[in-house]
Amino acid sequence: MIKLFNIRGGIHPDDHKRFSAQQAIESLPMPLLLHVPLQQHIGAIAEPLVQRGDQVKKGQLIARHQGMVSAPVHAPTSGRIMGIGGYPANHSSGLLVRTITLKPDDEDTWADNIQPIDDPLALSPEDIASKVAQAGIVGMGGATFPAAVKLNLHKRYDLHTLVINGAECEPYLTCDDRLMQEHAEAVVDGVLLMAKALKVEKILFAIENNKPQAQKSIAEAAHSHAHFKVVALPTRYPLGSEKHLVQMLMGKETPARGLTADIGAVVHNVSTAYAVHEALREGKPLISRVVTVTGPAIKEARNLRVLIGTPVSHLIQFCGGLTKKEDAVQLISGGPMMGQPLSSTQVPIVKGSNGLLVLNQQPQKAEQACIRCASCVRACPCGLTPLEMAAHIRRGSLDNSVKLGLLDCISCGSCAYVCPANIPLVQYFNYAKGELASRQRVQHKQQETKRLAEARTARIEALKKARQEKMLQRKKEMQQQKQASE
Amino acid sequence: MIAAPYLHENASISRTMGLVMLALFPATVLGLYQFGWPAILLFTTTVLAAIVAEYFCLKVAGKIAKPFLLDGSAILTGWLLAMTLPPWAPWWIGILGAFLAIVVGKHVFGGLGQNLFNPAMVARVALLISFPFEMTLFTQPNPFFSVYNLSFNDSLDIFLGYPIPDAFTSATVLDFYKAELSQGISALQIKTDSLTQLLWGNTSGSLGETSALLIVLGGLFLIYKRVITWHIPVAMLGTLTLLASVLFWFDPNSYMSPVTHLLSGAVLLGAFFIATDLVTSPVSTRGQLIFGAGCGLLVLVIRTFGNYPEGVAFAVLLMNGFTPLIDHYFKPRIYGRDRKGQPLSNEP
Ligand code: SF4
Ligand code: SF4
Repeated sequence: MIKLFNIRGGIHPDDHKRFSAQQAIESLPMPLLLHVPLQQHIGAIAEPLVQRGDQVKKGQLIARHQGMVSAPVHAPTSGRIMGIGGYPANHSSGLLVRTITLKPDDEDTWADNIQPIDDPLALSPEDIASKVAQAGIVGMGGATFPAAVKLNLHKRYDLHTLVINGAECEPYLTCDDRLMQEHAEAVVDGVLLMAKALKVEKILFAIENNKPQAQKSIAEAAHSHAHFKVVALPTRYPLGSEKHLVQMLMGKETPARGLTADIGAVVHNVSTAYAVHEALREGKPLISRVVTVTGPAIKEARNLRVLIGTPVSHLIQFCGGLTKKEDAVQLISGGPMMGQPLSSTQVPIVKGSNGLLVLNQQPQKAEQACIRCASCVRACPCGLTPLEMAAHIRRGSLDNSVKLGLLDCISCGSCAYVCPANIPLVQYFNYAKGELASRQRVQHKQQETKRLAEARTARIEALKKARQEKMLQRKKEMQQQKQASE
Repeated sequence: MIAAPYLHENASISRTMGLVMLALFPATVLGLYQFGWPAILLFTTTVLAAIVAEYFCLKVAGKIAKPFLLDGSAILTGWLLAMTLPPWAPWWIGILGAFLAIVVGKHVFGGLGQNLFNPAMVARVALLISFPFEMTLFTQPNPFFSVYNLSFNDSLDIFLGYPIPDAFTSATVLDFYKAELSQGISALQIKTDSLTQLLWGNTSGSLGETSALLIVLGGLFLIYKRVITWHIPVAMLGTLTLLASVLFWFDPNSYMSPVTHLLSGAVLLGAFFIATDLVTSPVSTRGQLIFGAGCGLLVLVIRTFGNYPEGVAFAVLLMNGFTPLIDHYFKPRIYGRDRKGQPLSNEP
């Protein structure tokens, strides 16, 4: 048994996992069209390599990564490229992102270059990381940070522990739970490969106690590895937050604005580990993922293996449809605590989609006056004073809310969960963070314009000066010639 | 579109207020039983007046009265005020107090959640200063079904302001100590109500403050239900006990024993229900400990060295005044930062 440390705050919501926890992972029939966005990750958007009309094979690279932090995109099945253009994103904004639309040919033939790798554990750490990068793997718990970038952290940090986040602390979601139960060997293999890439000597695989079967399966699959420990976590939200998970396991806080790597740990998600296994054993890029479709307003809750790009409507249909009219339900991408509301069923499943939650539409409760009950202060895992931050934001003084730690807020929603006055605290915080970010962008732009303008004036000045000097020179020469001729 | 989180705890302002009322219930029922019809009439009047005052203020402020009236905060303010009044006080004390609490104590500051001072205590102190006679005239317990119980008609007379016959009046334990000690009588010689009387509430005092046992029970219920935390009550009672013990140990002849301090007057009601008032107490745990300790210290100082036998209301109000300051200087430490707000260094 490993000793656990305590974290502050947190809440104990009903986990609502019973809807889908017993449903084995099923494959979804092929949809009519796949809409594969070029940006499914944090970082630079991928650059398309195909054109309208091209035939592609399953697993073929269709968009390559650009820059240091980015991820490539692969064809989820074989078929024809119907076009590349704006398509609604899997996000509350519903903004258009550049998306490749693919019409499956129902052959599902793999590209020739997809070949199993004999002994990936014999590969060097650099090779493992580069194969992970080539496979387009991103953090699949929802953060969608390119996984390879995290695997390369050992170059800059002193790492000793790989933490696998099997907390799945968001209520309702069960995709990681099922993956751990049904594919324990593969997940453990992926973890071992990542540990190799990170050059760490210790693996802690943390799973909350509401998933006893998964704890057992993983422990069995990993029993022959002495440096691999399965840790039973109490069930508490938000233990799946990287920094809090690491604190509970190692008793140390990650410095503000830093990474868990600062204290020697890197955290990866269960689904990511599975994708790493697929990529390094089978040579398969990330083209599908497990998604939990659940909630009181879906007929049959299920865990599905879904091709990236599958429209949400297709998942709903496979799960028997909605129990109510579409305008009486609330569609959410992700879990109920941090998920994004979706405005359309047309949006595609992306690499970071862990759940499709369908709740009954509920009227927004009227915001009441804060009674200073301090419930939010007690619930906050980050030691913040949500009531005061919200009061400052309401008054328009964003700077004061920053002084109170707004930028340390992880938007976990624990404070809003407990607030008796129905104050939408997280909405205030997210609004303020967005506002600050855009202010920063504007400021950056202004500085940039100023710099460019200054550079331009300097250039013009230099030219002028050069011209004047030239003229002077010429004058001098002419005078000299005159003198010489006289 | 509604944004996350989509799950919410079963919490609401009216539920919070309701739980506090539930916690007050046993001590209130005992008080009403103990002091008979005059107390029932006073209690009902005070609570009703608080509701009327709230309605009036909301109307003036142009707010829709219904959702606010239903939040229960006005009822609770009236209720708490009534608990601290002399049980046989006349009707106008209740009405005036309720209006003072709601209008001056709460809405002048901007309504629910905005007030700096505990409204019930603002009213109580204003009444005490303005009507020292009515506010310090206490009666012996005269419970229903006992020979001392007053008929409804006689009670109505008392309620309407008819002078209370001397035979019924009685000094509280604190009054008694104050008077005797000031005459140079040793505290050890003073004979007042027994501990069991104080525990069960069979003693003279304010309407809802007499039964130590039932008040503590209600307080524990609130802690269990997580409406309040233990910090303020423990810090307040702990500080009071500690300091009172030191004085008592130093000179038992001139100082009240810590046990009497704890079990008499408004200390327990204050520690569990008044100092812990959500709106007017600090939000961080450290802040709450400091606030509680401050209340305990001030109660002792006022009781021992002040002009009034009781000091809970003054103590809480004074500390309320410090709440914004305490909140400002004693925030929780932010994750990943030291107390000064600087990022932790990652040296091992
Ligand atoms: S939980 Fe809500 S009502 Fe309570 S202090 Fe925080 S913001 Fe105010
Ligand atoms: S959303 Fe932010 S302020 Fe609220 S509990 Fe989470 S970290 Fe704290």
